[in-house]
Amino acid sequence: MKLALMVSAGPYTYQAADTAYQFAAAAIARGHEVMRVFFYHDGVYNSTRLTEPPQDDRHIVNRWSALAAENKVDLVVCVAAALRRGIKDEVLAPGFRISGLGQLVDGGIKADRLVTFGA
Amino acid sequence: MKKFMFVNRKAPYGTIHALESLEVVLIAATFDQDCSLVFIDDGVYELVKGQNTKAIGMKNFSPTYRALEGYDIEKLYVDEESMQARGLDEDDLLVPVQVLSAAAMAALMADQDVILSF
Repeated sequence: MKLALMVSAGPYTYQAADTAYQFAAAAIARGHEVMRVFFYHDGVYNSTRLTEPPQDDRHIVNRWSALAAENKVDLVVCVAAALRRGIKDEVLAPGFRISGLGQLVDGGIKADRLVTFGA
Repeated sequence: MKKFMFVNRKAPYGTIHALESLEVVLIAATFDQDCSLVFIDDGVYELVKGQNTKAIGMKNFSPTYRALEGYDIEKLYVDEESMQARGLDEDDLLVPVQVLSAAAMAALMADQDVILSF
């Protein structure tokens, strides 16, 4: 099955970003395709390479980057949501790109399921 | 063409959900999809007439709902129970809507391809 995800909660504050990652990894492990993860609302904070969690904690941002590198997952950060929250190209971690909301709608059209995480 | 439904559940101000929902709706409209908007819980307040945000320093984006018709978005549904619980009726709203019972709303949701809830 072809899947697209939307993450609309920030990392660490809510579990939604963790659940989205675990869902994506599990789906890929079962042979499904995750064509895109779209980051909206505070979800855009999942993309900044300035993130430095304590060493004994999971690194949510690097985890997304690794997922993208290993599985060609398109990590798209909503431009409008990002700019109003101070997220720009120069702070993006590897594998993320900034684009428009059209990428979310496109995911909804092309994927068999669009699965959302975070309120 | 797919059926997209946008579920609005939050008051217009206090969180950014209503505004960022509207931003997706306006983009989806340009993709020629079958779009529906649903207003449930405090989301019904998004459509109330006469919003004045001056005192809270926020942009009043409610006129945008009236512009939706120009984007060919004409399917606006309001949950009857949510409206009544807040002492509102259709005359209090900015735009024409269809008022649905919870059961009718559930049937409409079951018929969608993509549901985004804000």
